Amino acid sequence: MCKLDKHALQYALQHALQYLRPSTDLHNRLRPGVRLMLCVVLMLFTTYSVAQTKYPGVGRAATAAEVSAWDIDVRADFKGLPKGSGSVKRGEDVWEAKCASCHGTFGESNQTFPPLVGGTTATDIANGRVAALTKPSEGRTTLMKLSRISTLWDYINRAMPWNAPQTLSVEEVYAVTAYILSLGNVVPDDFVLSDQNMAQVQARLPNRFGLHMNHGLWSVQGKPDTNNTACMHNCTQQAQLRSELPEHARDAHGNLAEQQRLIGPTRGTVTTRVASAATSTTATSSDTNAAKSSTAHAEARALATKHACLSCHGIANRLVGPSFQEIAKRHQTDNQANTKLAQKIRAGGVGAWGNIPMPAQAHLADDEINRLVQWILSGAR
Amino acid sequence: MSARKFFGRILPATETARVPTRSSRRRFLQHTLGAAGAATLALPSHAADNAAQGDPSILKPQPHRIGLGQPVATFGYGQPSQWEKNLQRRQSPGLTRVTQSSVAFTPLQGSFGILTPNGLHFERHHQGWWDIDPSQHRLMVMGLVKQARVYTMDDLMRLPSVSRIHFIECGANTGMEWGNVAVPSVQYTHGMLSCCEFTGVRLSTLLDLSGFHKKTARFVLAEGGDGSGLSRSISIEQALDDVIVAWAMNGEMLRPENGYPLRLVVPGAQGVSWVKWLRRLEVGDQRWDQREEVLHYVDLMPDGMHRQYTQIQEAKSVITSPSGGQTLLDHGFYNVTGLAWSGRGRVKRVDVSVDGGRNWRTARLETPILSKALTRFNIDWQWNGQPAILQSRVIDETGYVQPTIGQLRAVRGTRSIYHNNMIQSWKVAENGEVSNVQVG
Repeated sequence: MCKLDKHALQYALQHALQYLRPSTDLHNRLRPGVRLMLCVVLMLFTTYSVAQTKYPGVGRAATAAEVSAWDIDVRADFKGLPKGSGSVKRGEDVWEAKCASCHGTFGESNQTFPPLVGGTTATDIANGRVAALTKPSEGRTTLMKLSRISTLWDYINRAMPWNAPQTLSVEEVYAVTAYILSLGNVVPDDFVLSDQNMAQVQARLPNRFGLHMNHGLWSVQGKPDTNNTACMHNCTQQAQLRSELPEHARDAHGNLAEQQRLIGPTRGTVTTRVASAATSTTATSSDTNAAKSSTAHAEARALATKHACLSCHGIANRLVGPSFQEIAKRHQTDNQANTKLAQKIRAGGVGAWGNIPMPAQAHLADDEINRLVQWILSGAR
Repeated sequence: MSARKFFGRILPATETARVPTRSSRRRFLQHTLGAAGAATLALPSHAADNAAQGDPSILKPQPHRIGLGQPVATFGYGQPSQWEKNLQRRQSPGLTRVTQSSVAFTPLQGSFGILTPNGLHFERHHQGWWDIDPSQHRLMVMGLVKQARVYTMDDLMRLPSVSRIHFIECGANTGMEWGNVAVPSVQYTHGMLSCCEFTGVRLSTLLDLSGFHKKTARFVLAEGGDGSGLSRSISIEQALDDVIVAWAMNGEMLRPENGYPLRLVVPGAQGVSWVKWLRRLEVGDQRWDQREEVLHYVDLMPDGMHRQYTQIQEAKSVITSPSGGQTLLDHGFYNVTGLAWSGRGRVKRVDVSVDGGRNWRTARLETPILSKALTRFNIDWQWNGQPAILQSRVIDETGYVQPTIGQLRAVRGTRSIYHNNMIQSWKVAENGEVSNVQVG
């Protein structure tokens, strides 16, 4: 009796099923004997849930190419990891071009996203636990939390760069992963990360033993970790106020009076400061030019928000790149400024304001670029 | 205490003193609430002249009573009243630096009943939202299945559908309050919370259709079709129980910000598992340890370890009115109202305290009371003008009692970000102003 490999059987069955679907031409070409045989094989394979015939005509089999196009996940056991490799050196080049604008040259930037690197030590690498995580004063970087190298690889491959995900090659994903790990001294500067050595690098992750599931929050049946009781009378001493908003934060969320309904048992509390309330009454309705200009500014600002320009450029403050007002100031007397800036947005560039490159924004329409340039040069309010 | 003193600064509206009372209330409002509150509020302006006759809103002909109104279909898709503009989804300033990876909070302070209007459903995106062409959207079911399958929206919407009301709460809801009070109103403390009637096909139907491998299937990975390709693992038991692959919310298709045309509904689990723009479901024998399972949505404990795969939203409640950022108009009667919910099932009881947790009374639960859905509670309260601290405490059908912030911190410290289901405290000051506080 021949012995069938399980995977081979699964593969054969998947294809057999395609042939069995009534809409498939091949169905009619198969001899009845073959069909019967396939059915018998299917019936023998009873560990699969079978309900396919219940809703005929709904859905279709996925092709192998379709599955492969979308099946990108990489698990902790490296199932799904494509073969390939990438060096720290190559990773540094990719980083400078595509990652540093948000994450900083050394992955340390806290301007756009929390820092990726920092807070880990050689002792952590030896222990597999990041000591700084026990210190309340320490911030948390990605590398401090990272317990699975597969997660970092998958994250970059799946979602980075932030504004152009899934555009990195397999080599670039390996390379950028290696570069980040080199910044945390997990791998040396001349390292080449590959599908062959991912497991060895996993064994050096500073926080590889830092996760657990000893809690009751995975399933509905889980056991809670607090045990309050439903006392009804004289339950506590006089309540002590432990925390309230400081006075200086009163207007941190705007004027709450404008965030509440205008009727009902309560009104919103006015939280604006007296000074700002006084100036708001000085605006005159006759100043239509100012109003128009203000609308144009608001629209352009919305455009800048939409395209994430404000992730890297502040209006008046420098983030990853220069502030818009700095740019306007530099180009005050430059009559080529419109063309230059439009070109800079469209194609990207580096050097004018430091060594962090501005990525190309080729997806913006010309009209959008022109509006943004006008707005920046007019002071970007 | 005399009746006069009990009712306090603002005189009660007796028949003989009616108009002067409203006039004095108007002055009080202008004084207390400033221009923003009073300017938009239509209160009588010729009160003194008409003192003898009564309220001009009754005595004077109203334009809408003596004129012709607007035609049908003025708006092909209706809008809220112009008077409701204050109730908007809003961001919490400083919480995030980029608007595509951010949160917009639901204005719970103005909510009624248990359903969230679609336009006010909270938003949380990791790499921006899209309005995807539904005719091009595909769902693939693959992995440990007899046959990997592809469905169009046409296919999915032919299948038998169910409609279920469930809450969705971000795991990080109330996360800003772990260490101390950080935000002023219920919109920001609890507004990553919504509740809708979702319509779709049960996930178990789709898994059956693909013939998932019953012996080896332990987990299902759900993945989104946006730039983040957001992905989370759920257990096969959960997947076969009450999970829905949904295309509709509150009687219309999903809103783009909420995953149009397809999202996962995972009742009781934190929002990140409710994958939006759902495009792929993979059956497997291990959890996947994805970015949102290893680097985010992990809860840091005081010993420096992270709890992984914390997903159940434990029982929680909050008073939505009176709540932070509101000012009470008068002494006397108030209906204290709020929301309670549990990721483990139904709400059994809600108690309310007005003295910071020393004494409690049981509130009325309004129907419907559904599993893993918001439940509305109400309770009567006479405010005598003295300072008060309002709290609510839910007990769910498992007997679990909502904890205090002190009880949570004793186990989890102050840095775990996620799953803060503490009893919320609102302080009512003598001037009627309600603010967010923590008591111990």
